[in-house]
Formats: sequence, C-alpha cells, structure tokens
Amino acid sequence: MRALSRHIETLGALLLAVIWISPLVFAFWAAFHTTSDAVNFNVTAAWTLDNFRTAWDGAPWLRYFLNTFVLVTVILIGQFVITTLAGFAFAKVQFPGRDFVFILVLMQLFILPEVLIVENYAMVSRLGLFDSILGVGMPYMASAFGIFLMRQAFKGVPIELHEAARVEGCGWFGILWRVYVPLARPTYLAYALVSVSTHWNNFLWPLIVTNSPDTRPLTVGLSIFGAPENGVDISVISAATMMSVAPLLIAFLVFQRQFVQAFLRAGIK
Amino acid sequence: MAEHVNLERRRQAIYGWLLLTPAAILLTTFAFYPSMATLWTSLFSRGTRRRPSEFVGSENYTDLFADPTFWKVVTNNLIYAGATIPISIAIALGMALWANSKIPARGFVRTAYFTPTVLPMIAAANLWLFFYTPGLGVLDQIGSLFGLPSVNWLGQPETALWAVIIVTIWKEAGFFMIFYLAALQTIPEDLKEAADIEGASRWTYTRRIVFPLLMPTTLFIMVNALINSVKLIDHLFILTKGGPNDASKLILYYIWEMAFAFFDAPQAAAMTIMVLLVLGIVAAIKFSYLDKRTHYQ
Repeated sequence: MRALSRHIETLGALLLAVIWISPLVFAFWAAFHTTSDAVNFNVTAAWTLDNFRTAWDGAPWLRYFLNTFVLVTVILIGQFVITTLAGFAFAKVQFPGRDFVFILVLMQLFILPEVLIVENYAMVSRLGLFDSILGVGMPYMASAFGIFLMRQAFKGVPIELHEAARVEGCGWFGILWRVYVPLARPTYLAYALVSVSTHWNNFLWPLIVTNSPDTRPLTVGLSIFGAPENGVDISVISAATMMSVAPLLIAFLVFQRQFVQAFLRAGIK
Repeated sequence: MAEHVNLERRRQAIYGWLLLTPAAILLTTFAFYPSMATLWTSLFSRGTRRRPSEFVGSENYTDLFADPTFWKVVTNNLIYAGATIPISIAIALGMALWANSKIPARGFVRTAYFTPTVLPMIAAANLWLFFYTPGLGVLDQIGSLFGLPSVNWLGQPETALWAVIIVTIWKEAGFFMIFYLAALQTIPEDLKEAADIEGASRWTYTRRIVFPLLMPTTLFIMVNALINSVKLIDHLFILTKGGPNDASKLILYYIWEMAFAFFDAPQAAAMTIMVLLVLGIVAAIKFSYLDKRTHYQ
C-alpha cells in the first residue's frame, strides 16, 4: 500500500514537472522547425535553423544583448557601491535617527518602482536621462532589499575583527574594504545573481524609458519584434524567444545549485 | 574623557550620514519624492495648451470612481490576486513536498519546477502564445483530439483573464517552492521519527507537523505573492493588451495606459495613490507581524 502511494506520488511529481517544462520544450522544438511542421506537430520533420536566421535579421539583437548586458552591469555596480555603504552604516555605525531612517528604507520595499512609473518618468526626463541606459538603471540602484541584505551580512561580522583592524591603524573605509567586504562575499554573490536575473528580465520600466534601438534591452526588443503588427510567425517568435533567454537559461542550468542558493539566501533573511 | 566620548559619537554620526548619502539621494529622487509628487499631481487637473492645469482637489478621484473601466480593472485585479495567490502557494507547497521527498529523477523535477522563474515574463508570454493561439495552438490541438471546438482563449472575455492568470501561476510557483524547500530542510528529522513511532500516517505528519511549521514561510510567500499580483503585468503586453473589452486589464497596466497612451497623468496619479495605499496597508501588516517575531534584528 505504502509502495503504491509512493509510485503514484512519483508519477504525480513527474507529470507536474513535464507539464511545467512543456511550454519551454514546445517553443524550443518550434524554433527549430518550419511553422507548418511546428503547428501540425510533425514529430519526424527535419530540423532547421531558418527561424533563427529570419529572427536574427529582423532586429538588432546584438545591440539588444549589449544593452541588456551593460544595463545589468551598471545596475549591479551601482547597487554594490550604494548598498555596501548604506548597509555598513545601518549595521555598524551609531548615529542618531538611524532606526527611523532604516524604517524609511524598508518602506521602499513596498513603494515599488513599477508603481511610480509616471513620476519616475518625469524625474528621469528632468535629469536628462530619458532614453539612456543610466536612466533605466538609476531607480533600482538604491535597492532597499540590497541595503537590508548587506546590513544583515555585516551584522554577522565579529566585532573583534573590526577592533583588530582599527588597532592596526585602519580607517573606516579601510575596515569596510578589507574586513567587511571580503567576509560578505557569499552575500554579494547571492545578491548579484538575484539582481542580474531580475534586471535581465525587467520589462515595464525599460519600455517606458527607452525609445531607440541604442538603449532598448532584450525584453523590450523582443516584445516589439513579436508584436502582431509585424506579422512574424510563431516559429520565428519562438526562435527569437529562445535566443533572448538562452544566456540566462544556460547559466542557470550550469550553476543551478548556486542560483537556488542565491534565491534562498536572498529570500529567507 | 567625556569630551573624547562626545567627539567619537559626533564622528560616528558624521560617518553614518556620509555613508548613507548616496542611498538617501537616490531613494529620495526615485521613491519618496515621486510618491509625494504623485499625490500632488493627483490633485490637479490635466493641463492642456489652452487651459493650464489647476487645483481640483478630489475631482480626479471622483472621476476615477465614476469610471466603469476603473471598477472593471479593480475587479479583474482582485480576481487575479484571489486566484494567483492561493493557487500558486498550494502548487508551490506540493512541489516542495515532492522535490524534498526521495523520488527518482529528483534533480530533473526540481529544475523543471524552477526554470520558469529565470525566464522574463515577456518570453514566458511568447511561449504561452504558442499554447493559446486559436486553431494552431497546443491547447486547441489537444482539444481537437477529443473533438472539442476551437477556443480563442485570449480573444474572448470569459477566458482571457484566466489565460493570463495561468501564466502568472506557472511563472511564480517554482519561485515560491524554493522558500518552502528551504523551510522543509530546517524541520528536524526526529519529528518524523517520533511521528513514525507513534504510528502516525504520512498525511497526519504532514498536516499536523509540517504545515504548522511552514506557517511563517507561507506568510512570507503570501506577502510576496500579493506584491506580485500588482507588479506582474508584463505578459499582458504580449498576450491580451488588457482586452478584449478590458476583460483582462489589470491596475498597473491601466496606469501605464492612462499615462503613456492616453496622456492623462492626473488620473494615472490618482490610481497610483490607490495602489500605494493598498501596498502601505500590506507593509503595515507585514511590519507589525515581523516586529512581533523580531525577524530582522
């Protein structure tokens, strides 16, 4: 009886896994077949790369890839600098008003940048950052989530190390740079993975702030490419989709354990 | 001596504020000021070339409440939240229990559940387009095997919102599973052993021991899912554009449309304030709950 229910559960788990992965598998399969073969589920049909050729010629993908790459890099560097400084202040420096300011920062977890699109758009235009990669990245740099994460990481550093560095004549920045940052390396890695995958995938804000192929990230490019007005068929859309998710997906499959650990570390604390 | 302590304290204060300055400037520029500005904008009329905008008080809000589309969108979003939150949590829990048990091909199962999380919503929408397209799509093909008529899942008001909901659940369930998995791994083995000795069935063990221990995780996930039900709208741009007849339009999409398609910033601002209010209530609940548990100290 027990064995039977085990088998049923295994079957259920596998069935759900197959259902869950099927949209991706179908799109993958369609990307390598002609549209008529794809929609008729002609399993024996020949594989082709034509869809990728058509898709590649249909939009400046290389530029989009580069934009996305620059975007996630700019955001990540900005976030590292800003959240390190702020996280250190909240974790290890005593100053009046600290707790109050920390609550203000935590509030930003709920004031989503996505919700403030109208005013943030006005702000970015005022700063002359409209249609620039910096304009897309700036609102995300002072991430409350990142500040919180860094604060937690720095809090865990034993005060003895801090004192020892001070006795050795290290200043505040020296201590931060030589003691705290190296010790928080796992947190930085986790935060980097979460940040990169979030901003690689972000859409609404880049859609609003970018207005030319020179700044548009992949997600926005993909949505424009797939728009029904362009009349591209499903196999070509699948090919374009596969192309744009490939880097992150392959990275995920290779570094799966680190990815999952990263999301855990980021979420649990 | 006292003077020395005082000096040190002052120095710390200066360092503290200096370290915070970059974050404070950016947070003010892109979170606090825009929130205030949104409130301000929502109190003024929409300026045109002939008539500059003027203070109208709550008029934008009364207009909004008189707008049937607004109520349609609110209802849609409530359905969206009401469906995606419990269903994705339930699926996530099931996934975690399975992915944590000793089954064959566990690695594949975990990967399959989690993979949608790393895909952009736009890409996810493109994948699902292949399922939903009438006539050619996978769903219609499967249906036709059983002699069912072709259904335009995205094109008819009765099913469009649900088609959107399914994509959201597909996207977020695997993400929530991770948190459950982590929580499951912190449950000590002896509890299972004790339950076995007492002769409790696996279901009793799960219901009486595992579920209660997962409660904090569930609350955490619930807050996340609630935020997602406001935030996750990217797939609308690909799948339905809020149609047909606003049947699948959600609040954030409507805000975007108001501001960037109809250029009615005051209306969009009034709606944004509503959303911020709701998020504020969620935040208050979360923080009072967290304070009680002193989670972040």
